[in-house]
Amino acid sequence: MSGTTTVTRKRAPGKTLLEPTGKEATGRYQAPKLEIPVTPERDHIEGPVKAALTLVEYGDYQCPYCGAAYPEVKKVQKELGSELRFVFRNFPLTNIHEHAMNAAETAEAASAQGKFWPMHDFLYEHQATLGDSNVALAYARKLSLDTQKFEREITQHVYQKRIKDDFMGGVRSGVNGTPTFYVNGVRHDGDAVAKALVGALNQAKKVNSLENRE
Amino acid sequence: MVQASKRGRIRKLENKRPARNRRQQPLKSKKIGKKVDSVLGPGNLAPNFSLNSTPDQKVSLNDFRGQPVILAFYPADWSPVCTDQLSLYAVVMPEFKKFNAELLAISVDNIWSHLAFAKDRKLNFPVLADFEPKGVVSRKYGAFKEKIGESARALFVIDDKGIIRWSHLSPDGINPGADGILSALENLNKTQATEKS
Repeated sequence: MSGTTTVTRKRAPGKTLLEPTGKEATGRYQAPKLEIPVTPERDHIEGPVKAALTLVEYGDYQCPYCGAAYPEVKKVQKELGSELRFVFRNFPLTNIHEHAMNAAETAEAASAQGKFWPMHDFLYEHQATLGDSNVALAYARKLSLDTQKFEREITQHVYQKRIKDDFMGGVRSGVNGTPTFYVNGVRHDGDAVAKALVGALNQAKKVNSLENRE
Repeated sequence: MVQASKRGRIRKLENKRPARNRRQQPLKSKKIGKKVDSVLGPGNLAPNFSLNSTPDQKVSLNDFRGQPVILAFYPADWSPVCTDQLSLYAVVMPEFKKFNAELLAISVDNIWSHLAFAKDRKLNFPVLADFEPKGVVSRKYGAFKEKIGESARALFVIDDKGIIRWSHLSPDGINPGADGILSALENLNKTQATEKS
């Protein structure tokens, strides 16, 4: 894990476009850190499990900002290849997104049968159809999942506790909306676009190599 | 900056104790204290207020004596949906309730904007209008941006006796999340437990 990253305060336009700014709170600001370490046994990890760089996303399947960040993450993964492991954790904002919990449960039910990432991608690629459970079900069939088990686990909310645990872990790590990213364990306060994420990851790589040299 | 006359009024509220002695814990850095100046720090008596939560209902801070209160000052209603600080608090509300804490959100928007905003975001706590005279309460807490005329993004955790136990001013454009509040509430519980024993 990298050391403390101190960033000079700057606006995150993607997140705060409409918020006026003042001039008062200048100075050094330390971004919050990931409180729940990445564990291969529990986490959904895409990329080499022992990769030097880790990008963690707390996301909500119904959130349009997460939908917009989805292809950006793909770009980051393409650019960094095997250097990067990408971790997805659930952060459904259930009061404003009525289908977010169900979608998270859908991905977890697919995960139980080893198909988390295909379902994760499918849900983000079909955000508009989230209210219709038949769409995900048809895709589960296409993935040759045991659809009876899949459906039962969703309707019985088997994975709701896990999703809520993800959520609370995120809250304690300073997740302040969706999507929230962590670059090697430090919250990324910049834009949720590929360029900014790759920049932050490359910065973390530099910190890593400096620490190794010492 | 809190104006001299206002400061006087706050002092009156605080049993006329001089400003210096009010602070039980010194600010971590004098530099930051000077620069930010504004937000009231731990140890201060939280200035009371009475603000509208609906067109015909007022909420006073003193109504909540005997339980912790979280004050969330924020710049404006209608910032982007998913990253909205208050939407997050609405989801985290059950965690705040575990500490028997009440959350009051405050901005200078008028009550009709607040009502529409709270309905849209399904907020489950009072959203108060620091509207007329504009920003008076925000100023009392040192959480007002004079240049743009809005509340700063500042958080306060107040204990059951009305004393500020934790405060936080977020840098521009940075949504503080809920972890600081939860840690402050936990610390409050710990302190009260040690005081009792």
